[in-house]
Amino acid sequence: MLLKKTPLYDFHVEKGGKMVSFAGWSMPVQYSNLGVLASHLHTRENASLFDVSHMLQLRLSGRDRISFLEKLVVADIEELPFGSSTLSVFTNENGGIIDDTVICKHEDYIHIVSNAACADKDLTHIREEMKKFRGDVDLKVIDDHALLALQGPKAVSALQELCGKDLADFKFMTARQLNIKSSDCHVTRSGYTGEDGFEIGIPSSASVQIANFLLKYPGVQLAGLGARDSLRLEAGLCLYGHDLDDTTTPVEAGLTWTIGKRRRNEGGFLGAEHVLPQIKGGVTRRRVGLIVEGAPARENAEIYNNENELIGNITSGGPSPSLQKNVAMGYVKQGYHKSSTKLQVKVRNRMQKAQVVKMPFVPTRYHK
Amino acid sequence: MTFTTTLRNVSSKIVILNGYRGYTRPAIKINNITKFGSSLSIFSRQYGTKKYTKDHEWISVDNGVGIVGITDFAQTALGDVVFVEVPEVGKIVEKSGFIGAVESVKAASDIYAPVSGKITESNNKLSDEPGLINKYPESDELSDPKELDKLLDETAYKEITSTH
Repeated sequence: MLLKKTPLYDFHVEKGGKMVSFAGWSMPVQYSNLGVLASHLHTRENASLFDVSHMLQLRLSGRDRISFLEKLVVADIEELPFGSSTLSVFTNENGGIIDDTVICKHEDYIHIVSNAACADKDLTHIREEMKKFRGDVDLKVIDDHALLALQGPKAVSALQELCGKDLADFKFMTARQLNIKSSDCHVTRSGYTGEDGFEIGIPSSASVQIANFLLKYPGVQLAGLGARDSLRLEAGLCLYGHDLDDTTTPVEAGLTWTIGKRRRNEGGFLGAEHVLPQIKGGVTRRRVGLIVEGAPARENAEIYNNENELIGNITSGGPSPSLQKNVAMGYVKQGYHKSSTKLQVKVRNRMQKAQVVKMPFVPTRYHK
Repeated sequence: MTFTTTLRNVSSKIVILNGYRGYTRPAIKINNITKFGSSLSIFSRQYGTKKYTKDHEWISVDNGVGIVGITDFAQTALGDVVFVEVPEVGKIVEKSGFIGAVESVKAASDIYAPVSGKITESNNKLSDEPGLINKYPESDELSDPKELDKLLDETAYKEITSTH
């Protein structure tokens, strides 16, 4: 299959990007000047620039866009202030998660970003629901904008200088239209690393130029999918298709906080009748964070209690560069999910000691 | 049969240099350890050969003892190695059998025995310092090549002993 290329493909190759196939796209997993480990630590200390243009960007408009979207996701969009973003999930009729997404509400439209790997099924789902919906709603795929994530403690100084504006009152999970080097950009103060940072939607034609400008600032380096994955893991953030899937509900996934208060009373999203009773009645399994001794535990490793009974599986895991410990997230039977619970994880047929810990593994440093 | 070994590498054991050619048969047999860290006692008597598997392991064989490691290509592809599961000493392995694993932030890779044999030695230093695999995947930097150069060759040795 021919892989899709973002507007920055040639730029990546030129900068030594090691291109790999990811969700139908050719994306840099790392760059030749910096290994994944170094790139990860660099992001925590300085700033990294990630091309995330492969993600699905949508623009939802029409008079009834809020009531339409509230049927699809668990967030309280009605109450979300203009210019604010929230993490949410698209649910199916069983309350399973179709995808996780970041929704940003503007006065005249709603901006939605979801996973590249889920783009086709998300679009199919949304369009099918649109057909059933009696109301005024319009969906546009934003395919003429690149998306760059600038992440790390030095992200703000670089972007401030580049756009010539003070960004101190630009808070975490809010959005702004910023003019950057004569291009109108949709900027949110958010990311997928646990660090302060921005996701910048840039007209495709200006994306390479702006990326080059950002790279001129001290401390800004390119980073690829490799570091992005280890950073999000340390931040306790889910990766769809691994930590979340169509059979996992938001309550099982520890994402109950994304279900707005009004939504808990009123429901009205797909699968609400399955999800809402779980909030009070409980679930049979829960997503937990684990610190694993010995060998790193990765996806599909089995989790056991101390009586050697299988109680769950790892969904993401690996060595944490920041902590120099092995971290993992996975699902365990209800009852084994409490902090400090001692468990075992089987790696290459050997039991490794593990302990349930609170996530994030590494404290987040959002600009709240 | 394996005699007592006096080995030195970074953990102060001697390692016979990979790719070293033409040294005379030692009075004592030396088991060698590598970056990846296993020596296989194999049942053939080859001499100073280094071969590779398609899975990116290498083996250097001398006097029935092979040193096994992963290639420079493999360590580059893996990136920074952060965990090594070294082979279990005493284990009898079949060709292509699992002997250990190397892990980077990105992924875990199993290591397979290039040939059948018995694990006689493991480089346990790798448990504490897995990054050695990236630093010295195939080269001989575990010990100083100059040390070997300073040793006597057979003729020189005979000259010394003849004067006694």
